[in-house]
Amino acid sequence: MLRDITLGQYYPGESWIHRLDPRVKILGTFVYLISLFLVKDFWGFLFSVICLGVCIKVSRVPLKFMLRGLKPIFFIILFTFVINMFMTRGTTLWELGFLKITREGLYNAFFMAARLILLIIGSSLLTLTTKPISLTDGVEKLLSPLRRFGVPAHELAMMMTIALRFIPTLLEETDKIMKAQMARGADFESGNLFHRAKSLIPLLVPLFISAFRIATDLAMAMEARCYRGGDQRTRMHGMRLGGRDAAAGTLLTLYLAAIVFQAYAWPLIAPVVRQAV
Amino acid sequence: MEPIIKIEDLVFDYQSDEDGGTVTAVDHVSLDVERGSFTAVIGRNGSGKSTLAKNVNALLLPSGGAVYVNGYSTADEDKLWEIRRTAGMVFQNPDNQLVSSIVEDDVAFGPENLGVEPAEIRLRVDEALRAVNMYQYRKKAPHLLSGGQKQRVAIAGVAAMRPECIILDEPTAMLDPLGRKEVMDIIRKLHAEGITILLITHFMEEAAQADRVVIMDRGRLALSGTPEEVFSHREEIRDMSLDVPFAVELADRLRKKGAALPEGIICEEGLVNCLCRL
Repeated sequence: MLRDITLGQYYPGESWIHRLDPRVKILGTFVYLISLFLVKDFWGFLFSVICLGVCIKVSRVPLKFMLRGLKPIFFIILFTFVINMFMTRGTTLWELGFLKITREGLYNAFFMAARLILLIIGSSLLTLTTKPISLTDGVEKLLSPLRRFGVPAHELAMMMTIALRFIPTLLEETDKIMKAQMARGADFESGNLFHRAKSLIPLLVPLFISAFRIATDLAMAMEARCYRGGDQRTRMHGMRLGGRDAAAGTLLTLYLAAIVFQAYAWPLIAPVVRQAV
Repeated sequence: MEPIIKIEDLVFDYQSDEDGGTVTAVDHVSLDVERGSFTAVIGRNGSGKSTLAKNVNALLLPSGGAVYVNGYSTADEDKLWEIRRTAGMVFQNPDNQLVSSIVEDDVAFGPENLGVEPAEIRLRVDEALRAVNMYQYRKKAPHLLSGGQKQRVAIAGVAAMRPECIILDEPTAMLDPLGRKEVMDIIRKLHAEGITILLITHFMEEAAQADRVVIMDRGRLALSGTPEEVFSHREEIRDMSLDVPFAVELADRLRKKGAALPEGIICEEGLVNCLCRL
């Protein structure tokens, strides 16, 4: 059962978005997330929603996979919504005892909820269309200019690669230890929370020991294969930006420009335009 | 020609966990491995055979004596990477030596560390994966492969570094019989292509396939020679609590019962041939 686990939440595909350079996708996601904080009104949000919708359509990832990411933070969204609705001052719409809903409150509540939902869906699009390993490579490449300021770009990426590689191995190990303990009468399922937490100790101790053993073995194997850190290391998959990536970059710039214009420049220009007309 | 690996009076001590004293794992061993040969080192647990292998790859440095790979002493730090490239090493546990979650990326790890050009890495990776018959699995995740397949990927990872010699430290110890056969077939194939093989094992049947067998016992070199020579010392081998290969054992017992079998039978095939001629 543990052999079939999928890592991360990658949705395999060959779409235009899947084939983009991971660096472009990471930067794109950042731009999108930032744009959500620049947006100031309904029309701006509508524009972001439409753009994200187009991207989702192009990626051919079913919408339900996108929405799945919202489940764990459903309560946070609800909480934000309720707090904003009741706590903002302004024109009262409805009142019951100390509870008061204002027009501004309702507006803020929708605004915040929309922002949170778009943040989650926007970043899910990145992890759904990019293999964890390409994501790691992308992060390494993006961080490498910061190496001269002491950011250990290669080391971070290597750690992520190894973590990804060993998650299934450690899960298998956990399964093995658990079965061995259960065969000797350990009980992981009954009792209250405290009891159950306590029964995990005999599982965690051997698991830690075996993790350290694996680490020692792996370090030795890596050394034997001439690993000596990131210097003078080459990569088999050289990342080269293609026409597709240039197009994506252009669209992204246009998107950001449109958002900034709509939120900041338009309110200044609008009265002038209206007067002229 | 100069031997590729030259072990001169090697001593290796390590700190004992319990009392802080030293334990001698390898005790004055001298051994030459000729270019293009296939040498098997056998011995029971704790005989020092793994320690010996790690000394050749400069993962451990000698406490006494010296180890030379391609003429370079393993104690020479400047030549460390050259030594590890020349004498690649495959370990026992197939899970704990693969680095990446994609097979071909793992095979590329070694050449990437050596700073090989990307296009050249691609060529080497494909070639190495074909050599171990794992090319069709190149995009798979290692944890979905069988033990024998993982071990073949590990061998490909070393082969992609174009070593002159491959040291295998009990590569089949954790595999099932099928995986063991797959790995041994690959090892023989690499040997046929001219790579020097140093195989550490405790399976006698595997050792019988080598052209030279070395038996280690309590850190010392006990017996050394062709498989035929070594396995003819049946009593001594049994005294070291090791078994001789099944065919040797059977031939021995048949001889005791009066069958006129010649000496030098080490594999089942040879035994069958001799029995048919009786």
